Amino acid sequence: MKFFNTLLFVSAITLALPVHAEKVTIAAAADLKFAMDEIVTAFKKTNTSDEVEVIYGSSGKFNTQIQQGAPYDLYFSADIAFPRGLAKAGLAASEVKPYAVGRIVLWSASMDASKMTLESLLDEKIIRIAIANPKHAPYGKRAEEALRSTNLWDKVEAKLVYGENIANTAQFVQTGNAQVGIIALSLAVNPELASKGGYWLVPDKLHNPLEQGFIITKRAENNALAKRFADYMGSQSVRTVMTKYGFVLP
Amino acid sequence: MLSDGDLQAIWLTLRLAGIVTLILLLIGTPIAWWLARTRAWWKGPVGAVVALPLVLPPSVLGFYLLLAMGPNGPVGAFTQSLGIGTLPFTFWGLVVASVFYSLPFMVQPLQTAFEAVGDRPLEVAATLRASPVDAFFTVAVPLALPGFLSASILTFAHTVGEFGVVLMIGGNIPGQTRVASVQIYDHVEGLEYMQAHQLSAVMLVFSFLVLLALYAWRPSPKRGG
Repeated sequence: MKFFNTLLFVSAITLALPVHAEKVTIAAAADLKFAMDEIVTAFKKTNTSDEVEVIYGSSGKFNTQIQQGAPYDLYFSADIAFPRGLAKAGLAASEVKPYAVGRIVLWSASMDASKMTLESLLDEKIIRIAIANPKHAPYGKRAEEALRSTNLWDKVEAKLVYGENIANTAQFVQTGNAQVGIIALSLAVNPELASKGGYWLVPDKLHNPLEQGFIITKRAENNALAKRFADYMGSQSVRTVMTKYGFVLP
Repeated sequence: MLSDGDLQAIWLTLRLAGIVTLILLLIGTPIAWWLARTRAWWKGPVGAVVALPLVLPPSVLGFYLLLAMGPNGPVGAFTQSLGIGTLPFTFWGLVVASVFYSLPFMVQPLQTAFEAVGDRPLEVAATLRASPVDAFFTVAVPLALPGFLSASILTFAHTVGEFGVVLMIGGNIPGQTRVASVQIYDHVEGLEYMQAHQLSAVMLVFSFLVLLALYAWRPSPKRGG
């Protein structure tokens, strides 16, 4: 009897927790790390009882997971092709909205990258160059395109090491294991990386544009918080944060 | 059916697992022997440190190896002073990392096997004037042979399946660090499901046949004492 009473009491307490607090899980491309953290913090200031969880990773991986029913409510992809594909497959509850155009940069923690160009990669002192895996990471694909369009790919291919996503790539450079890397501008301008080394903006005519877009997933079509967050992304404060982190606005 | 890249990845994986197993047989046996027979107070802590790679998430292990083996880390500083550059992104860097990663899989079965030998056979050998080294090779090792087999199989298999560590310090370089597990992962990430299925099936069948053969011919543990 006593046990039953305790059980009832505990259930009543836990089930009586605020029901109106909503939760949204966002899958965001790794290059959004610093920008999205700031956006979510600002959003939570005006939506204090709501839970917003962000998971960072490679756009390609999230795409596959969402196809297999992963519990993400919003999907921010570094390559707009992925959410477009999901929308075609009927897995989106909103239109595909472009949120930024990404740029790639040369970055180094041990050398002054701001004085380099792509040709500098041929230098003997540069033993390893880190790029994201072109097979599935959008920034890696653009890095490969830029290297091919300047006829450098064949000459530097032997020096390349591939990161799983753009954050992993930045890690290789930050720890000094790769002397230089081609990473996202949005990662390079963050104070944590910017304090360690400068960057050189790769001219965007050397590669296809890195159009980035997001969707509300089918799973979250009745999630009001997801809709609110999606609308918030169009606000002036978000646009300011995105520009601050090196994303060109569409 | 399998692409050149797939075959290269398989061959690389087998080479890595083979070399790591051999190295660990050399390093792990004395450690296991000591752990099995010592009464020193630091047996516990040493055993715990050996078992650490079992509970550490592989990506954590990989990350700290990346830092340690990089130019700013202790191991990296050492390898650079030897003039061989840094270990991450190289085959031998993977070998070093895998030795850490698979250490408990070699030491623990060996330790158990050595403990099962017990003191008696070695005491008897001593009364027959065998030196400790002689007794080890002619008495302890044959009695512990099933343990050696288990330890080698486990170590080999564990290294074949290694993924998190490779992802952190490998850099995915074909022929150097693009092992089969990473190759399968790449196929999946690149939405090449057919290739992923094929390579996975090959690895699965191969592993199963190897294990089947080894376990079918496993010598039964001899009764000691």
